[in-house]
Amino acid sequence: MDYDLKYYAKIHSIESFGTVDGPGIRFVLFLQGCHLKCKYCHNRDTWDIKGGNYASLDDIFNKIMRYKNYIHPNGGVTVTGGEPLLQVNFLIELFTKLKKEGIHTCIDTSGMVSLTDDIKKLLSLTDLVLLDIKHIDDEKCKDLVGFSNKLELAFARYLSDNNIPVWIRQVLIPGYTDDEKDLIKLRDFLSTLNNVKKIEILPYHNLGKHKWTKLGYKYELDGIKQATNKDVQRAKKLLGIA
Amino acid sequence: MKFNQWNGFEKGDWQNEINVRNFIQKNYTPYEGDSSFLAGPTEKTKKLWDEVLELYKKEHDAEGGVLDIDTKTVSTVSSHDAGYIDKDLETIVGLQTDKPLKRAIMPFGGIRIVEKSCEAYGRKVDPEVDEIFHKYRKTHNDGVFSAYTPDIRAARSSHLITGLPDGYGRGRIIGDYRRVALYGVDVLIEEKKKDLEILDANEMTEDVIRQREETDEQIKALNELKVMASKYGFDISKPANNSKEAVQWLYFGYLGAIKDQNGAAMSIGRTSTFLDIYFERDLKNGTITEEAVQEIMDHFVMKLRLVRFLRTPEYNELFSGDPVWVTESIGGMGIDGRTLVTKNSFRILHTLENLGPAPEPNLTVLWSTRLPEGFKRYTTDLSVKTSSIQYENDDLMRETLGDDYGIACCVSPMKIGKQMQFFGARANLAKTLLYAINGGKDEKTFKQVTPEFEPIRSEYLDYDEVVRKFEQMMDYVAKIYIKALNIIHYMHDKYSYEAIEMALHDREIIRTMACGIAGLSVVADSLSAIKYAKVKVIRDANGLAVDYQVEGDFPKFGNDDDRVDEIAVNVVKTFMNKLRKYQTYRHSKHTLSILTITSNVVYGKATGNTPDGRRAGQPFGPGANPLHGRDTNGALAVMNSIAKLPFDSAEDGISFTFSITPGTLGKTEDERVTNLVNMLDGYFAQTGHHINVNVFDRKLLEDAMEHPEKYPQLTIRVSGYAVHFTKLTREQQLDVINRTIHERI
Repeated sequence: MDYDLKYYAKIHSIESFGTVDGPGIRFVLFLQGCHLKCKYCHNRDTWDIKGGNYASLDDIFNKIMRYKNYIHPNGGVTVTGGEPLLQVNFLIELFTKLKKEGIHTCIDTSGMVSLTDDIKKLLSLTDLVLLDIKHIDDEKCKDLVGFSNKLELAFARYLSDNNIPVWIRQVLIPGYTDDEKDLIKLRDFLSTLNNVKKIEILPYHNLGKHKWTKLGYKYELDGIKQATNKDVQRAKKLLGIA
Repeated sequence: MKFNQWNGFEKGDWQNEINVRNFIQKNYTPYEGDSSFLAGPTEKTKKLWDEVLELYKKEHDAEGGVLDIDTKTVSTVSSHDAGYIDKDLETIVGLQTDKPLKRAIMPFGGIRIVEKSCEAYGRKVDPEVDEIFHKYRKTHNDGVFSAYTPDIRAARSSHLITGLPDGYGRGRIIGDYRRVALYGVDVLIEEKKKDLEILDANEMTEDVIRQREETDEQIKALNELKVMASKYGFDISKPANNSKEAVQWLYFGYLGAIKDQNGAAMSIGRTSTFLDIYFERDLKNGTITEEAVQEIMDHFVMKLRLVRFLRTPEYNELFSGDPVWVTESIGGMGIDGRTLVTKNSFRILHTLENLGPAPEPNLTVLWSTRLPEGFKRYTTDLSVKTSSIQYENDDLMRETLGDDYGIACCVSPMKIGKQMQFFGARANLAKTLLYAINGGKDEKTFKQVTPEFEPIRSEYLDYDEVVRKFEQMMDYVAKIYIKALNIIHYMHDKYSYEAIEMALHDREIIRTMACGIAGLSVVADSLSAIKYAKVKVIRDANGLAVDYQVEGDFPKFGNDDDRVDEIAVNVVKTFMNKLRKYQTYRHSKHTLSILTITSNVVYGKATGNTPDGRRAGQPFGPGANPLHGRDTNGALAVMNSIAKLPFDSAEDGISFTFSITPGTLGKTEDERVTNLVNMLDGYFAQTGHHINVNVFDRKLLEDAMEHPEKYPQLTIRVSGYAVHFTKLTREQQLDVINRTIHERI
């Protein structure tokens, strides 16, 4: 069967009680498929565009509505993945319906996409973007996730110009993203944005490793230590948020 | 009626009749503020609690966790001399025996159980007591077994019907202990004497004769209560004069009950807002300070934490960790729209901070989405810190029960002083399903337990056929079940009547026959597997189905998936309707609970492989919980599934035990509290009935298993009650650890 990708999404799973991806209680929709190759990814099983299952717009919307009693008053829906922006046409439809219900919408993304009209339209329906800046240093970014950071920095700039609220997320990986110079550079970049509501440091952990192994892939960060509370405090200081 | 002790109270009907609710409504002060007024423990409290902790330690180190037993004195309301922890320090006095944590014998329930319990802890019952109860006085237990039929015995020993209160006290009766404080015992006796006049009927039927005898027993028990109080130097014949007396009088009422009955659950009712009226009066008169008020509540709660019963090790397997269910119901909303939360609702919860967490009293918050925000945040904050609180849906229960009901045991609501229940444990519906497939032959013992039904002979299970046969088998189980319960409660009334508890009830009361089911999620998933996947039967050499092979995926209960949730709903409704077909003792109203307490482990152990792929011996989900690990869509999906179970077919309560790690609940303390408040608001708006909230990390429990000495007060909620984690059997500890703890990485 061919699916109209406006009305069907390729989903990985749902989490009915999300509390760490945006404000309040979140219905979290994990979409399947991601074009990045982040070495630290803890959802390796969401990469393959051929994986996952199709679910219809109506089914997903109706499912979300089952949680309206909990989402109210300060929560909402967060779409993550995978890279949710790969399914932009579906999300435009979904968010249009959610906005009609007064439900807070949030996208958790790398921002590594071109700013097409569709993307812009979706962003106009989005109340909050959780933006994971992969790496402020372009070369290191390419090594870490397989892509240049140019698109995501432009994406961040667009959000700022259009006043779309953003929570910046930085995964802190010892030896990869914790260089003092990089963190200062990141701070300088963020200070040029006028829409950043929050900066979150997500300490690297290896709890996603088993998913790589299970799928038969080598886990490249083997041997890298998990970020400690001390590491986080140091990074926060450098970013000027401690 | 007129008493000086009532000076300062608003007048009302309560002065002309026994009507505690009217007294509360006329006099209480709703409190909409936060917890900032609360006082910490006094020096006296700290010292006394240290002594209690010392006693706990001694008890823990004693054989079987039983410190001492009075093997000679048959316990009655007034049997023992006064006992104290440390007389000079105690603001509220009264113990079950002459020493703290010394357990009493209550052989009216059954002498063999008392003997067995004593032996299990290295004691022997006094020979004179033995002689009396073997030779001259029949017990409840003897009565039941003299009347049991072969089919009941078979269903019982094969664990088709389990945990029946035929070898222990039925409990789950809440005396209105507030009446002792408000009216004094003499008024209560006078009212009972008036009842006897009403019961001087023209037709001296069996029913009237029984009521006359029971009322006479009640009057005797009330007189005994006065004797007991006088041993502590108090005259409780008149109403309480001030707040300290009010707590003391009320506690004496409760103490009478726990000296008289070794009931499975001995709940205290809904007392904190009632007591608040007395505290407010004294505070207004300037005769007491907030510190002193909290001290009284702390000492009162300390007494409730010392309640002990003598029970057999087998009982502990069913209800692990020595629970007594001193359930106190807190908060809720009045039918006039005012909240029933008072400052004293905060104070009783505050004992968790002043004395540290503990399983008893079983603190139960009656939640309404309209509760004051300050109270919502205080109680959820304590949940996050102590995992000691359970919540029940006041908006749901108020519709049928009004605003002066309380919870007995874990989840059973009843109007205080106006309603009681005949506790009926539970039927194992997972086993019932297996019997339907095997024509009534047990899958573990291969015995024919029920009459010979036609078994299923096909290679693959056919949904319609299974459902048809399952309904027939449910019908059979319902019949045997009600037969057993009728016998049990007839004999309980006859040989172990709860005179003091019933003395604190009206003459005309509602009685419910509180049946229960275990294994609901196993049944729902099994039927779902048969319907949506293919289930192949594996039979042994004799053709008995002993295992099942599931081919393909199927919807599982706990994911808010209507396809399977509707199956669960139908099973509940169907079984309830089957029960309704059979006449009950004293025309009690049939009710049903979906609650297993900790017995989900024992029932699972006694049940073979099931068609959902669950292996033989594996625990069921507790209460209405999904089977461990089957819920994959997060906590709220589970809640939505459970909230679909119809309360009007399960009025005795639907228990859900929920565990989450702190980090998953929210990133900061403030977020955790906000999220929990919104979660509870949502769950109860979805018409969920009950929830135990646990907030802990798996690692903590694993460490507590290995190093119990480090965690003497670690409290967790299991199905319907709280327990010291270290007091659970190892099997049950593992069950708790393996159970879904909602966690996101």
